[in-house]
Amino acid sequence: MSARHASVPVEPPMASGLAPGESRVATLPPLPTWNPLSLWYSDGWTVTKRNLIKIKRSPDMLVFAVIQPIMFVLLFSQVYGGAIAVAGSDYTQFLMAGIFAQTVVFGATFSGAAMALDLKEGIIDRFRSLPMNASAVLIGRTNGDLVLNTISMVIMMATGLAVGWRVNTSPLEVLAGVGLLLLFGYAFSWVMALLGMSVKSPEVINNASFLILFPLTFVSNAFVPSETLPTVLRTFAEWNPVSALVQAVRQLFGNLGTAPVPDVWTLQNPIQTVLLGITVMLLVFVPLCIRKFASISSR
Amino acid sequence: MIIEAQGLTKTYQSKTGPVHALTGLDLQVPRGTVKALLGPNGAGKTTVVKMLTTLIRPDAGTAVIDGIDVVRNPKSVRRIIGVSGQYAAVDENLTGFENLEMVGRLYHLGGAAARKRAQELIDLFELTAAGNRPVKGFSGGMRRRIDLAGALVINPKVLFLDEPTTGLDPRSRIALWDVIKRLVADGTTVLLTTQYLEEADQLADDIVVIDDGRVIAGGTSDQLKAQIGGHRVVVALVDAADSAAARDILARYGSGDPAVSADGRGVDVAVTDGPTALQNILADLRSAEITLHDAGMRRPTLDDVFLKLTGHKADLTVNDDDSAGPKLSKRAQAKRDQTRGANADTADLEEVK
Repeated sequence: MSARHASVPVEPPMASGLAPGESRVATLPPLPTWNPLSLWYSDGWTVTKRNLIKIKRSPDMLVFAVIQPIMFVLLFSQVYGGAIAVAGSDYTQFLMAGIFAQTVVFGATFSGAAMALDLKEGIIDRFRSLPMNASAVLIGRTNGDLVLNTISMVIMMATGLAVGWRVNTSPLEVLAGVGLLLLFGYAFSWVMALLGMSVKSPEVINNASFLILFPLTFVSNAFVPSETLPTVLRTFAEWNPVSALVQAVRQLFGNLGTAPVPDVWTLQNPIQTVLLGITVMLLVFVPLCIRKFASISSR
Repeated sequence: MIIEAQGLTKTYQSKTGPVHALTGLDLQVPRGTVKALLGPNGAGKTTVVKMLTTLIRPDAGTAVIDGIDVVRNPKSVRRIIGVSGQYAAVDENLTGFENLEMVGRLYHLGGAAARKRAQELIDLFELTAAGNRPVKGFSGGMRRRIDLAGALVINPKVLFLDEPTTGLDPRSRIALWDVIKRLVADGTTVLLTTQYLEEADQLADDIVVIDDGRVIAGGTSDQLKAQIGGHRVVVALVDAADSAAARDILARYGSGDPAVSADGRGVDVAVTDGPTALQNILADLRSAEITLHDAGMRRPTLDDVFLKLTGHKADLTVNDDDSAGPKLSKRAQAKRDQTRGANADTADLEEVK
């Protein structure tokens, strides 16, 4: 991880008022030997590591990432599953893609909450007063979400398999489905990170997230087929990027069943729609986040 | 001059109208000296530090650190400064060592040098026992020390300390002063903000008093004290009817006009030679058969400085817009409450032996 980092020359111990024999590090690191790309990579990795340690040391985050998906799988498949009949498919087969999508989208809220908290606690000020790459904090943050989402995905897939969910496609397609979910969650992390930097306090972000997340995940085809919804909600659901994500994942996992796909471009071409959505989210929100980061300070 | 700032101006918009955090502030800090910015909450101290440390941009004015323009070249400035803020900006989930190593890597020291430096600082700040535990379990004083250590990961040309001891208990404050004094002896240029005259007195070569976003006075600690008097003699009367007589006695030995409290039972005056004045005043009060509830000397506080310089008391209760937003957040509220408590500590009467 740090093999490429040339260590800087350390000045010989100097007589100082600090402590006998204490050596000081030269003030100016030899920057020209670092190319911008390796600096960017190194800064991003340093902050990512910080967030990974945080995951390891805060059991509540792991519980959220592990227990909640298990709970959702069991709740929907075992409690609602008997009552909800889906045309052309068994509910558990239908449900899993929805749960996957919901979980990765919810996982992105960590970025929002963490940015708001860092801002409040003044760590953002510390980072901003260092000669580091401005995007590194955000990259490290969103990478942290990616790791949590990956853990959640593994747990959910195992739980799903235990309650009778099956994939009916090639391993490559399954991998593509998982990749699509994680990429979507990653891109959405940037959206939430911007929100986290824009709210007044970490408490606000939780409420604000739910205002976005609930319509986005529940007014979709994640838990019920979109054609069962009233007209207005159905239109929203059909154009909801989360619906396209769910549709794409059902397709890649072979969980579509025999129900006809709604005659909307976004759901007829779900993979293209999702890739487009991811691209747009990244192109819009990465620059917005970096710009925002360069102007924020603790309040 | 290693820090040279001219005409720094910053206005925040709030619902109640514009808040002028800084109104054309000039500041010069000679290399190798310690300068204190002294002022109450809302005076603009933190805004100055945030501008000089590249966190916020001035609306107008210029600032240069070691020849580098702060606005035009923030990244180069960040390479030569260390910052320690009023809230210990450390990651709770990381150990002290991990926090410092992270900062070292982000200064681009490289992994090996960052680890080496982190260990040196852990030893230097006597955090060895706690260095490998997550900061979560640290006391306030220990967090501050980690935060201060973070500002020293490189050997900064300028060290910024924004209210380094606000909210600390008196023991931790004195311990932190010791650490800062050792650094200062090393020749590091320091710009520190504080609301405690005693802190500025202990640490700084030169003090700048700011109020309402501009400089209202400056000079060495001795010069400032000469203006306001070194100590104040304070007496508390049993009977308010004695206040006029007591006032006359205090006036004999004071260097200014005595002040009488609203209830007429507290009288105090600035004096140049505290102990002698106190002895004389007590002797005269005794001859005049005035009974006392309490008597003593106290050092001048920020309030005394302000009263002298501006004619009004340092307002510690309103206009708390010192941080980047004009709105009074819960945190600012908490800070303010801490501040009051701490002020009460330092304003305690010194016992007469």
